[in-house]
Parts: sequence; structure tokens; C-alpha cells
Amino acid sequence: MAEATVTPIAAPTTRRLRDYGVYAALGILVVYNLIFTGNFATLSNLTTQLVQVTPILIAALGMALVIGTEGVDLSVGSVMALSAALLPLYLGYGLMPAILVALLGGALCGVFSGTLVAVVGIQPIVATLALLVGGRGLALVLADGRLKDIRNPTLLELGSGSVAGIPVVVLIAAVLTLVVGFVVRYTTFGRQLVAVGGNRSASALAGLPVRRILIVTYVISGVLAAIAGIVATARLTASDPSAIGQLAELSAITAVVVGGTPLNGGRVRILGTVAGALLMQLISATLIKHNLPTSAGLVVQAVIIVVAVLLQRPRLAGAK
Amino acid sequence: MTATREKAAVAVADKGMTKREWIAGLVQRRGSVVVLALVVLVSSLSFDTFATVDNARNIAMQSSFLAIVALGMTFVIISGGIDLSVGSVYALGGVLAAIGIQWGSVAGLLLPLVVCGGIGLLNGALVAYGRLAPFIVTLATLLGARGLLLAITDEGANTRLMPRDAVLTQIGQGTLLGFGYPVWIAVVLFAVGVIVLQRTRAGHSVLAIGGSAEAARLMGLPVARRTVWLYTASGLLAGLSGALAAAYSASGVTIVGVGFELDAIAAVVIGGTLLTGGAGTVGGTLAGVLLLMVIQNVINQIGTLSSHYQSVVSGAFLAIVVAIQAYLSRAHLGRERST
Repeated sequence: MAEATVTPIAAPTTRRLRDYGVYAALGILVVYNLIFTGNFATLSNLTTQLVQVTPILIAALGMALVIGTEGVDLSVGSVMALSAALLPLYLGYGLMPAILVALLGGALCGVFSGTLVAVVGIQPIVATLALLVGGRGLALVLADGRLKDIRNPTLLELGSGSVAGIPVVVLIAAVLTLVVGFVVRYTTFGRQLVAVGGNRSASALAGLPVRRILIVTYVISGVLAAIAGIVATARLTASDPSAIGQLAELSAITAVVVGGTPLNGGRVRILGTVAGALLMQLISATLIKHNLPTSAGLVVQAVIIVVAVLLQRPRLAGAK
Repeated sequence: MTATREKAAVAVADKGMTKREWIAGLVQRRGSVVVLALVVLVSSLSFDTFATVDNARNIAMQSSFLAIVALGMTFVIISGGIDLSVGSVYALGGVLAAIGIQWGSVAGLLLPLVVCGGIGLLNGALVAYGRLAPFIVTLATLLGARGLLLAITDEGANTRLMPRDAVLTQIGQGTLLGFGYPVWIAVVLFAVGVIVLQRTRAGHSVLAIGGSAEAARLMGLPVARRTVWLYTASGLLAGLSGALAAAYSASGVTIVGVGFELDAIAAVVIGGTLLTGGAGTVGGTLAGVLLLMVIQNVINQIGTLSSHYQSVVSGAFLAIVVAIQAYLSRAHLGRERST
């Protein structure tokens, strides 16, 4: 029963369920909708679903990296609100400067959390909790607590326009997914990140720059959350710091965990995260289309989260 | 990490504490009380309206609901866990009280306690026997409890009023010696909490589980059963607090409680309880709750300052406190390494 004898080798069936269960569930739900839901297999419905999931998906990409380091970033929702609040403040200087300031804001949030975690040695939950509490307050202070309409045509085009029939926001999310996926799988930084999450002290002994890796990871999460905030603002055609990103951290964590990334680090599954986000989106869409209340959606989500972590539970080798 | 800390503890016990470690321990345990005293002192000198009996009543009343929730959270965190579901459970408790009161005040109190205690029981069972991470289990019940809440209130559209002459409503609204009953209930619960944590075997086993669940199990403590109890108590307290809040406002409001779990965790951490478990005080949590509420009160008193600064200040407080905690615990470890 000792924790030390736990090996991460699960029984083959469980392992397959853990690794591919999210795709199977997604597939089953799609097939169900194709058969039983009217107007599901239309292009407009498909794009609507994809567009709606983009902000959470983008935030979840950063969350997957942070969880891969055995951390968690509770601040992503507040960072989304913060970038949304920064945007209209600098739109007077042009769209590019405004976006850069919003991204810089997200990066600074990442530096703050990352430093608390890596240098000061505070648990990720608490370090990012401080920013979750303070960040939204800061966003509300910056925006004077008010919703601001966005009138910049380019930014609005970003939110509602499309290229070759594909919405711009979906293209942004797709590119970011590819980039993050590439970084995780093919770069030194990606491998170091996973190593740090797997065993931090061993990584330090092996000479990896653990602190720098951790801080960079939180900065990436902050920047991705800021992008998610910009996308949400463009979609909403307004900057609403009290609503944007509300509970986004929980949705992002859910997408990552359901996608098969273990909460105790050492593994990052980007494609699984995408599938996890799509699954959660499709569940609420399915319930809405069948006139079932949102309350049922929350309960279904809760059950799926528990099932996902039950599958991820490390089995004890030999005994049990 | 844990092993090192235990070694450090043994070293301290052997050689006696140095003055510096004694101070470090004192700051950890009593720091929040000192900061609270300073903030109250400065506020009293700065605003004529602060140090009045009316304002004290006001702060005490608003603190009592968060305090009751934070009490359960303190025990859960000391055991090395966390309970994210309390905000939803608090809101659910309020609505259930408003629903149950139509069959009498006893039902109005029992219904939230049974359901919310049941959610806590579920949390505890999944953590203790399912061996799932408390963070993710209680995240799931956070969603599930809010789903249940929406389901029984017509998707949140229904706010139920509670009859003002019912006994339960009177408990929420009545006063004793000028302070509301919920304040006294919170005081009594905290007194019980202090005694349980410091004077009973159950309390000591909570500390032991938080220090090292494995060691506690090897010592023969019923770790799983205790864990189930802890989460059940947390659910019960959150439900009770929600019922009292509903009685106070004479209505079961569905939109309350979002983010309440974070306030509770912040209060516990500011109060000096380590999120890693194994150490903490109930009194510190009370100071943490009062500190958060006094900050809110002071920002409201400064008419020109936007109320949004409240969460900025709370967040900054939280960051500073945990940074100091980390520094102090490293001071302990530093000595261990040098000897």
C-alpha cells in the first residue's frame, strides 16, 4: 500500500481507456448527435461549436503545460479579464499596440505566478489563487467596473470574420494548438518541462534550469490566457471584465484532465486537451438542443470529471 | 520534503528551539492576529465611522457566514486536502433551507444539513477510498452541487422567500447582546473547533494525517474514516452557513456563493495554516476572515475608492502572507541543513 511502490503502469484496458477514452466519448457523442439531433450535421452548427470553444481551448493549452509541470494555474480566467480590460485602454494608439499591451499584461501575470512558484517556493494553487483574486479586481479597477463596447473594425473582423469559410478565431486556435503541440513534442524546452513535472528534484540534480523552465511555462500560460481574453472580447464585441473568463480556470482544468493529462505532472497531452474541450462543449450543446436544462449539463460534467480521474488513478503494481 | 521537515522537527525537539525559530513560529501562528490588530488600529484612527458599535456588529455579522465555512476548510486543509465545493454547497444550503421551511423550521434546517452533509460525505469517500485528488473531486462536486441548485430552482430563476415569523428566520435575524445569532453560532463553533483540534485525539489525528498520511496509517490511525468525517463536516458547515445566510436575508438566493470557496481558502491561508497540511490553527482562520472583512469594510468607508480594490488588496495580502510563510519554513530547513 506504500506510495513508494506505485508504478504508473496501469492495466492495459484501463490504460487504453485513459489514453483514448476521450476520443471514444467524443466520437460516440458526435454519432449520437448525427442520428438524433436535427440540424446537427450542418456547417453552420459545426462552426458555431468550434467558435464557442476557442477561448477555453486556448486557455486550456497553457493549462496543459502548467499541469504537466505538476502545477495548476487558477489565474487564467482573471488574466483573460485583465487582457480584456487592457485592450480598450490602448485601442486609441492602434490595434497592434493594444494587443501587445494585453499580451504583455498576460506575460507579466505569468512572471508573477512563476516567480512565486519557482523562486519563492509557494504551492501553485496558492500562488495562482492570489492572482485569481487580485487579477479580476485589477481588471475591474482598470475598466472602472464598466463594460466597454469595441468599435475597432479590425478587432471586430477578428471576432466574426472568416477565411475560406473557416472563422478567424478557429484558425488562431488551430495554429496555437499546432505550435504548443510542436513545442511539447519536438523541442528541448518541451522535454525539459515534462521532465520537471515528472521529478523536479531529479531534474534539478541533472542540471536542468528548473526555475527558468517553470517561470517560462507560467508565462506561456499567461500569454495564452491573454490571447483567450482578446478572442473572447472580439467575439463579444465588448470588453466586459466582470464576465469574461468567469470560471474559465475550471473549464480549462476540466478539458486538460478529461483529455488524459494527469494532475501529478510528467505528461502533457495537447490533442487530448483539444478533444476534452470539444467534448465538454458538445455535451452542453447536445443538452441545449434537446431542451435539457444547463443544470443537467453541470451534473454530467461532474460525472465525466470523476470518471476521467478514476481512470487516471495509478494502479498499484502487484497488490490490489 | 516531508521527511526533511520531520527531521528538522526532531532536531528542534532535541536541541531546543533557537530564538530565531521561536520568532518564526510565532509569526506563522500569530502573524494574522498582529496584522489584524494593526489594520483595526489604523482604521479606527483614520475613520470616525469605523470604531463604532454599529460597524462592529456589521463586520461581525458579515464575517460569521464566511467564518463558519472557513472553519470546515481549516480542518480539511490541515489534513492536507482542499474543498472547492463549499461555495456551491453554501448556495445550495440556502435554497434548501428556503424550500424546507414550508414544512417547518426543523425541516428548514435539516434538509440543507442532510443534503450538504451528503455531498461532503461523497467528497470524503471519493478522496479516502477512491484515492482521488481532493482538488479534482471537490471541483466536480462544485459543478454538481450548482447543477443540483439550478435544477431545483427552475434554472436559478426562482428566489424563495422565507416566512419572517418562522423560528429558523428568527435565528438568522435575532440578536443577543446586540450581536446577531449567527455571530454567536460562529463563536461557539470556533470554540468547539479549537478544543477539537488541540485537545482531542480526533484533532491530533487530523494534524498527523496532514503531516504524513502514510505515517499516520502506519501508526494505526483510521485515516480513511477520519478523512470522510472531515469532508462531511466541511459540507455540513457550508450547508449550515448557507441556511443561516438565507434565514438572515429571509430568502434563498441562487446566485450567491460563486467564488466563496476562494475567500474561505484565502482566509485559512492568511490565518497561518499551511496548504501543505500538517500545521495550522483555528484561531488564525478567524483572524484571517476578520482581516478580509475589515479590508472590505475599510474600502467601503473610503467613499472615493472603487470597491473593486477590495479583491486587489485581498489578493496582495494573500501573496505577501504565503511568501512570508515560505520564507519562514525555509528558515527552519536552512538550520537543518547547516547542522
